[in-house]
Amino acid sequence: MQRIGVFVCHCGSNIAATVDVKKVVEMAALEPGVVHAEDYQYMCSEAGQSLIAKAIQEKQLTGLVVCSCSPRMHETTFRKAAERAGLNPYMVEIANIREHCSWIHKDMEEATRKAVILARAAIAKVNLNTPLQPGESRVTKRALVIGGGIAGIQTALDIADAGYEVDIVEKTPSIGGRMSQLDKTFPTLDCSACILTPKMVEAAAHERIRIYTYSEVEKVSGFVGDFTVDIRKKARSVDMDKCTGCGVCQEKCPSKKTPSEFNRGLNNRSAIYTPFAQAIPNVPVIDREHCIKFQTGKCGVCAKVCQAGAIDYEQKDEIVTEKYGAIVVATGFDTIKLDQYDEYAYSQSKDVITSLELERIMNAAGPTKGHLERLSDGKPPKEMVFIQCVGSRCADERGKSYCSKICCMYTAKHAMLIRDKYPDVNVTVFYIDVRTPGKNFDEFYRRAVEQYGVNYIKGQVGKVIPQPDGKLLVQGVDLLDNRRIMKEADMVVLATAIEPNPDVRKIATMLTASIDTNNFLTEAHAKLRPVESPTAGIFLSGVCQGPKDIPETVAQAGAAAVKAIGLLAKEKLTTNPCTAKSDELLCNGCSVCANVCPYGAITYEERQVNDHGIREVRRLAVVNSALCQGCGACTVACPSGAMDLQGFSNRQIIAEVDAICR
Amino acid sequence: MQEGMKNGCAGAPAVLLERISTLLAEGTVARVLGWKAGDMAYNPEPAYFETQEALKDFVYDGFCGANLSKYMIEASKLEGKTLVCLKPCDTYSFNQLLKEHRVDREKAYIIGVGCGGKLDVEQIRRKGIKGIQSIDGAQLVWEESDPGTELKGIGDDVLTIRTIYGEKTLPYGEALLERCHVCKGKEHRVYDELIGQSRDTKDADRFAQVERIEAMSPEEKFAFFQQELSKCIRCNACRNVCPACSCRKCVFDSNKFDSSQKANADSFEEKMFHIIRAFHVAGRCTDCGECSRVCPQGIPLHLFNRKFIKDINELYGTYQAGENAEDKMPLTSFDFGDAEPGIVGERG
Repeated sequence: MQRIGVFVCHCGSNIAATVDVKKVVEMAALEPGVVHAEDYQYMCSEAGQSLIAKAIQEKQLTGLVVCSCSPRMHETTFRKAAERAGLNPYMVEIANIREHCSWIHKDMEEATRKAVILARAAIAKVNLNTPLQPGESRVTKRALVIGGGIAGIQTALDIADAGYEVDIVEKTPSIGGRMSQLDKTFPTLDCSACILTPKMVEAAAHERIRIYTYSEVEKVSGFVGDFTVDIRKKARSVDMDKCTGCGVCQEKCPSKKTPSEFNRGLNNRSAIYTPFAQAIPNVPVIDREHCIKFQTGKCGVCAKVCQAGAIDYEQKDEIVTEKYGAIVVATGFDTIKLDQYDEYAYSQSKDVITSLELERIMNAAGPTKGHLERLSDGKPPKEMVFIQCVGSRCADERGKSYCSKICCMYTAKHAMLIRDKYPDVNVTVFYIDVRTPGKNFDEFYRRAVEQYGVNYIKGQVGKVIPQPDGKLLVQGVDLLDNRRIMKEADMVVLATAIEPNPDVRKIATMLTASIDTNNFLTEAHAKLRPVESPTAGIFLSGVCQGPKDIPETVAQAGAAAVKAIGLLAKEKLTTNPCTAKSDELLCNGCSVCANVCPYGAITYEERQVNDHGIREVRRLAVVNSALCQGCGACTVACPSGAMDLQGFSNRQIIAEVDAICR
Repeated sequence: MQEGMKNGCAGAPAVLLERISTLLAEGTVARVLGWKAGDMAYNPEPAYFETQEALKDFVYDGFCGANLSKYMIEASKLEGKTLVCLKPCDTYSFNQLLKEHRVDREKAYIIGVGCGGKLDVEQIRRKGIKGIQSIDGAQLVWEESDPGTELKGIGDDVLTIRTIYGEKTLPYGEALLERCHVCKGKEHRVYDELIGQSRDTKDADRFAQVERIEAMSPEEKFAFFQQELSKCIRCNACRNVCPACSCRKCVFDSNKFDSSQKANADSFEEKMFHIIRAFHVAGRCTDCGECSRVCPQGIPLHLFNRKFIKDINELYGTYQAGENAEDKMPLTSFDFGDAEPGIVGERG
């Protein structure tokens, strides 16, 4: 029989205001195995922990139940306290009477009853707890960064500067990401390329950074400190070592009808291409789908003109397998598709564009060489309308419920740049709210209004109607004047909502990292662990975690790097002893557990067993405890109940359920 | 009584008996797993035959409905090959057991026997025919050539039943097991050789009854299952016959779990037992229908399994357990097209 101590925390008034803690103590003391029960204002404090230590010694406690906040908050705290007092840390259970109880209930009587039940469940579990011993695992001193945008580049640079090896895997032919598509950046209006390209060059030249462009993560196995990753290097059809980046192949390529991804489809590129002039690496790829040689077998112009002999039509995808200690996800974002927003006439008129397309138009290297012109007829616009929140803060399922966060600022930037360069162009912005928190952000927006005379109208646009003369009729409302507005415009710019890169779902699944309903990766704690995934060893950098502008992205990228460095700096990691174990006498050898194990921790072996006198060779499941992460998938899949999770055994869980239903 | 009949049981088709006898004599197989006559005309029972002489008791007629796949778990541990007679639907169970590494393909010599639908004495009784002494018309007549060809329609065959109240007749097709009306087809999924002709007896929608239950209100559903399951006497026949219930030790028999005690403590323990059993075989059940066939209380146990099968088909794409021994099972594999857990939850 265990000797259990129950410690009920007030958490100031967080718990005590809604839960009658004295009553919880009183009821817990009646439970089987409980020899000590008390309450205290802040159990996690130095004084609270001393109370626990004192009780362990005086009452010879063998198990503890702490009724307090979420175990994610203080389980480690109390386990360490128990260990210092000589108790196995895995003899401690937390009854979460704050998040699961006091915070979500208003009625004291009801909340108290629930707190008692939660305490009872934890006591029932501790009665079946056994001491567990953690093991150790090694740390591979190399990090993987998935995504080569500004977030990935910054994280990689910070990790590499700290002395660790880093690999960047980038899906497209060049690093640079969304930032490389931008013209100017707020709030300082410095040129995006001018501040990004030096970082790209620095990353490429860094002795501890390896860059895999035109590559994708294919498979991830292992666990924190010891991930094994398969990277697919897609066939570039160009030898990276031989190519000099002279660009002749791109000039001579006869297939020039493919919409340029980099210029958002506003102009075309050749089938052999580098996405932009400053691409890193400056080695083109052949887009096999649009290459005449690959499609018809006839052509081969690029191979003929290449002085270096770098063109290799036979090149195949290559799988590289590498080991990593930490993985940083920096997969970034894209703008949402506008199929559902026909009212803005995006698909009907070339002069209705997204803000990202405007960035390309404004850029000197863009499709119009930086001249602001209508894409339909090349004429300079006189009236421009910007529509904010297209798909952001959206109440229906066409768009996103969240605020994309960057649109207010870049729209002010666009408006200001246009008014500065083309003072004869009138700029009108329709907005729901203007949100400009951030250093020098509101000043920036006010400059657009006050200094540059941008016309801001609070209200939404209901419809954009292309007119026979090529103009766009914008129907909107002015909520402050309470009137309808009909306005003719030459160009309409949509501040399109951003969403996480669609590939992130696949990556999150491979990493067993959780994502929210909007496909943003979930952080371990919204406030206290914002750059870590709940999955150990996985860190989050940039917009993959939530909408961010460049300064925030760079700050988060650095934070993610620090967390990764903190992990890589460790020689050994303590492993979680709560791993699965198979009872050989119950195992059927059916392989169901191995099929569901996401960590590849289960293998089978033929072994002789002695089942109550019957000696026979059986096919049995064996768990590699170094690989097992204790997710418990096998224990529920196992039809015979042979698989059990140490620390969360079937009996312990049933005992908890029984205690709750009693 | 007809000549060659044992306890009123028709013998076996000559082509089958001859072939089995040869395989045993050659030493290709060490034993034969088939049927022998039971104590009544309608209850032949599975039996092993190790010598040619013993084969005089071998029986294979319309009442040999038992799925012998599960016996192959133990037979796989024996020396030498075991010849087993499997109907088309039985081969699904064998494949599923192969997939779960429970049987050894090398230890089995599978004769895919022709099947024209199997008889259910309960159906005969339900027609008001009681006091059965012998039944004529259950014997199988196979042509020597062309195994796998179609037998003629069921309606033509008539069972003549001698009872203590006199002679009665019943069309063969009206005495079939429930599973034969939703037959999976004539094709054997795994075999070494085929003997005998089959016919497709499917004439009903497999999920019609499940749909009827789905349409009920929660209260009606509960009342329906409470009514049915309250008949359960916990004889364990369903579990013992089920090829998917092949655990070395059932959780209900093990002292390692609290499930057995818990089931007994509940005034409605059968509910717990059958629901847990249905969950344990979900995704692995081939819908062979043995559970309902053997239930002495006539509980339609297959409905639980069929509800799971229907849900799996709807959520993860049509899947038939045991169709082959290689496919990934939908409940223990993952792909990006899988239904989100939330969707599964919303369906209730």
